[in-house]
Amino acid sequence: MTLSAYLALALILFCIGLYGALTKRNTVIVLICIELMLNAVNINFVAFAKYGAHPSVHGHVFALFAIAVAAAEAAVGLAALIAFYRSRKTVQVDEANSLKH
Amino acid sequence: MSGTDIAFFLLALAAIAGGVTMLQLTNVVHMVIALVMTFLGIAGLYVLLSAEFVAVVQVLIYSGAITIIMLFAIMLTRHHTDERERQTTGGVWHKAVAALSVIAFGLAVYFGIRQLDFGADGSALAGDNARAIGKSLYSYYTIPFEIVSVILLVALIGAIVLAKKDGKGAEDE
Repeated sequence: MTLSAYLALALILFCIGLYGALTKRNTVIVLICIELMLNAVNINFVAFAKYGAHPSVHGHVFALFAIAVAAAEAAVGLAALIAFYRSRKTVQVDEANSLKH
Repeated sequence: MSGTDIAFFLLALAAIAGGVTMLQLTNVVHMVIALVMTFLGIAGLYVLLSAEFVAVVQVLIYSGAITIIMLFAIMLTRHHTDERERQTTGGVWHKAVAALSVIAFGLAVYFGIRQLDFGADGSALAGDNARAIGKSLYSYYTIPFEIVSVILLVALIGAIVLAKKDGKGAEDE
């Protein structure tokens, strides 16, 4: 397989995640769509590690760092979701509008 | 068409099908389960890219940990699964604009990456990747590795502090 096939797949997954993050109203689903976008980025890292101009294992290390930061982001995001649910009794994104006016 | 190509197309199909299914479903738990298929397909793609260690980490972290923590968050909160009946005409316009923007973005990036090729045949990474990653992490990437561990600790403490019941909130419930 060529590099562009992997990049195109990652692009499709990123677009799916972006569309979901822009249109879904449930906070958990928005967080999951962000995880999907981060996964697409990781595919690019690993694809460039194999088919890039300088193939080496550094791309794998960067993908691992990105996975670690994504896990931290998911944990903090879900904790914020729990706190938000406790105060407002909802998980819809568009009802988090206390700072709007 | 070689076996690698067939494996790539099957795994890519599984990953994209999981994502599209996730967008179509309305039940939140089903959406998370559909995402597991995407994560497993991506793990298979990592194996094809001769990144076995990253593939195992992907299965452990994404298919295991993040899916479970998302399911816990769903079950700890109450969800209106009937998203459809709350839709209004404004929601349709919002979705149409978002879809058009995302498609335009995808096309723009696709024309950039369509012909991209660095001429590498992909034979440089055959073999013992886990050992190479370990050596790289503990020699060249020592400082970033330690910073990531600090980030994980901060996220752990921050999540506990955020999700902890404060005194006033506990009285309300």
